[in-house]
Amino acid sequence: MVPVSYYLAVSGILFTIGAMGVLIRRNALVVFMSVELMLNAGNLAFVAFARMHNTFSGQLFVFFVMTVAAAEVAVGLALIVAIFRTKNSINVDQLSSLKG
Amino acid sequence: MNWDLIVFLVLAVVSVASAVGMLTSRNGIYAALFLVMNFMTVALFYLTLGAPFIALSQVTVYAGAIMVLFLFVVMLLGAEKLPPTKTLPYQRVTAYILGGLLLVEVAYWIWRGALTEMISPPPASANLSASIQAMSMTLFQDYLLPFEVTSVLLLVAMIGAIVLTIRQKGGRS
Repeated sequence: MVPVSYYLAVSGILFTIGAMGVLIRRNALVVFMSVELMLNAGNLAFVAFARMHNTFSGQLFVFFVMTVAAAEVAVGLALIVAIFRTKNSINVDQLSSLKG
Repeated sequence: MNWDLIVFLVLAVVSVASAVGMLTSRNGIYAALFLVMNFMTVALFYLTLGAPFIALSQVTVYAGAIMVLFLFVVMLLGAEKLPPTKTLPYQRVTAYILGGLLLVEVAYWIWRGALTEMISPPPASANLSASIQAMSMTLFQDYLLPFEVTSVLLLVAMIGAIVLTIRQKGGRS
């Protein structure tokens, strides 16, 4: 028997670590991984609430979030590859110019 | 002693530790592998919450497909380690302060919500096909339109990825 708030606490901690990763890391790929971590934390909260209310809607939202995450990763990694080809770097500090 | 709580605490420690490992590791490959470990522990959380289908799709979609894609790109670009560059001053301190504020805020709202409802792991019979059947009934009856929109989204993402990475003959990029 575990209270729902414990699951929410783990979800909140994981989300905070993901946000810290976006703020601290310079490698664009690791920033992307941190975004995935935040999505995952949100999914965990969804499933915990679905279990609490005994409904399937929360689980289905997790399903949709996973699909959107897959689409986002495909397009995002393609963008990173395209950026690397033109600038030879994926350090987010060096990607400050608007002109190619 | 409460076995469910012990299992939960072990999983929580492993998932938070692997997330911190992802945050602090210098090497991009190590970060990706830590993230795989974190996804696995979250999948186990889903199992204890009585969502076997979501847990298995977490393993196949996230830990399998998405992270393999990440590892491909990390190795393709040779970008597992960036050369050290000058960073913005005060950026790290500001990030720690903002992250701490976010954590305090989340903790406050969880404390305010005071959700003391207890969750016990479902009986083993709940992990059989009945729950998956009920879930797919909900998916294909109540959420049919979002499901179809998702397929269009995946198609758009696929075309977008191809257009972004294709190299034309003679043209640039």
